[in-house]
Amino acid sequence: MRPSPISRLRLLVPIKRCIDYAVKIRVNGSQTGVDTNVKHSMNPFDEIAVEEAIRLRERLKDQVKSIKVVTIGPAKAVETLRTALAMGADSAIHVEVPETLVPEPIGVAKTLRAIIEQEGGVDMVIMGKQAIDDDAGQTGQMLAGLLSWPQATFASKIDVQADLKSIEVTREIDGGLENLKCRLPAIITTDLRLNEPRYASLPNIMKAKKKPIQKLTPADLKIDLAPRLETLKVTEPPKRQGGGRVDNVVELIEKLRVAGILAS
Amino acid sequence: MFTATGLSRSALRTLAKPSLALNQRALARSFSSSHVARADSVVNSLDVFTEEEQMLRESVQRFATEVVGPRVREMDEKESMDPSIIKGLFEQGLMGIETSSAHGGAECSFTSAIIAVEELAKIDPSVSVACDVHNTLVNTIFRTYGSDFQKDKYLPQLSESKLGCFCLSEPASGSDAFALQTRARKEGDHWIISGSKMWITNSYEAEIFLVFANVDPSKGYKGITCFIVEKEMGVEIAKKEQKLGIRASSTCTVNFDDVKVPAENLIGGEGLGYKIAINILNEGRIGIAAQMLGLAQGAFDKAVPYTFQRKQFGQAIGTFQGMQFQIAKAAVDIEAARLLTYNAARRKEEGKSFTQEAAMAKYFASQVAMSVAGSAIEWAGGVGFTRETGIEKYWRDSKIGAIYEGTSNIQLQTIAKQIQKQYS
Repeated sequence: MRPSPISRLRLLVPIKRCIDYAVKIRVNGSQTGVDTNVKHSMNPFDEIAVEEAIRLRERLKDQVKSIKVVTIGPAKAVETLRTALAMGADSAIHVEVPETLVPEPIGVAKTLRAIIEQEGGVDMVIMGKQAIDDDAGQTGQMLAGLLSWPQATFASKIDVQADLKSIEVTREIDGGLENLKCRLPAIITTDLRLNEPRYASLPNIMKAKKKPIQKLTPADLKIDLAPRLETLKVTEPPKRQGGGRVDNVVELIEKLRVAGILAS
Repeated sequence: MFTATGLSRSALRTLAKPSLALNQRALARSFSSSHVARADSVVNSLDVFTEEEQMLRESVQRFATEVVGPRVREMDEKESMDPSIIKGLFEQGLMGIETSSAHGGAECSFTSAIIAVEELAKIDPSVSVACDVHNTLVNTIFRTYGSDFQKDKYLPQLSESKLGCFCLSEPASGSDAFALQTRARKEGDHWIISGSKMWITNSYEAEIFLVFANVDPSKGYKGITCFIVEKEMGVEIAKKEQKLGIRASSTCTVNFDDVKVPAENLIGGEGLGYKIAINILNEGRIGIAAQMLGLAQGAFDKAVPYTFQRKQFGQAIGTFQGMQFQIAKAAVDIEAARLLTYNAARRKEEGKSFTQEAAMAKYFASQVAMSVAGSAIEWAGGVGFTRETGIEKYWRDSKIGAIYEGTSNIQLQTIAKQIQKQYS
């Protein structure tokens, strides 16, 4: 995609506006989804991604050329972009879709690929490992597949090599930690322990006012975001049943046997 | 107000913005004696904020919840402000909210400062008052009355790292502020300040003191003058008060024992200190209203969810009608205090007179703080009475609202004076 070697890094950070993590989720009346008339904020893993991009710039200084954030969402999603700009991103892209359309991971990945093409290439895509509303955990991996780029998911540490041509990433996996080395450009998805995001300080909030936000539609990028999945029904998990008390171990074993947990 | 071509006022407001402006312009033409002063303005409800103000609110909310929240109880028990909190306030840019960017500030609106004070108070009214005094009293005096030299020297320090405090009250002068005894006498190119100030918020941690002293007692209050005094000039922090509430906020006696202050540190003009004090406390009143508002909201937000979890007699206590009526009344009071506070703030921003509104906001908000915080304890029952959940702290903290920056009686007198002017 790029004929010349990397001289300065261009970072792309996709972010998503989700229901805030502290909100008590309720299923909506028609059981087609959850009540969305509640507080929304940036997906926490995406905040970690934005923070990591800014920290990379703090470490590498002007070897980071640009930090661009992008979101696919309704009109209100621009607030989320402004928060990212207030944290320290340079500019933003808002791919606006109607409020009723929630893009699926494959749609998001295709849109991001189109944006990367429009940008003339980027060097690192840093994004949250999953969004806390759908918990899909697919977008980063799909994007890597579409672009045929290396991917380092669930990152808990990112080190950019001095020649800016590769990165070393520590990943959190079930068995422990895995260290990967990837050539750039690459996709990285962030995990919880990568960093602790900063608060947007007041002077930075004011500076964010002047940072540019480019508006696009899926049609501009020639992407079709029509959903491929149809949600049939959404229900709450069964209410927790109270436990019972037993008087001794013999009774406990009997109860476990009756419940089918121990072999008879 | 007026109807035009069959459209009622409420219908006008639901039209999209561009057509609303057009309609108003059309109305202005058809009614030659119309009262439409600004035909292109859009009338907003009182709880409309700019995008930056909303972002600030969310950012301060997070900072307050995540950084201040875990330390609230310890600071209250130890009666001492954690230095990392003060440092955090500076780092977040919350100590130079209205200050120009040339002087290291965020150049935001007065309402932004009010928002920050409210959000901090929801978590800890002690931290809130530290931010409030620094912004609405100290910074504003420098910005409004400071010479270029004074502004260039001190505003950046106040924005970045140095805490300020406002020294007016004395053992023998509180409400009767102008009976102050602290003296300043001229000696060459210095002033020598001598006296004792009492009840000074932020004094323990402050490095910059704005001190009101009388340079010519024969002139009465017209001798009162304001001086910028740096800690190193010889300010002595004496007794730290042990208080009922806002215990983490330092309240000390401050002694000036022949403190030498350079002549260039006289701020606002000789003999004009009384004017500075009156004007600044007028604004500061809105800040305290915001603190009390945040306090009330914080207590409400802590206690009400509990009422929906606590079950007695087979149901959540928050579903009993008696409780619901109390909770609803508290919500009404908070909303009323909110509108009084923010309307006063916007009036000030718009350059309108706001003395009456500020007095009303401060008086009412401090009352609401006490009643809502008191109810919050009762709603939470025994759990509300123990110090662990922090609900009782709001009630203790609320009492000061009726006392400092103008007692409730003083506020009522201010309001009554305006009424007398209008109606007699």
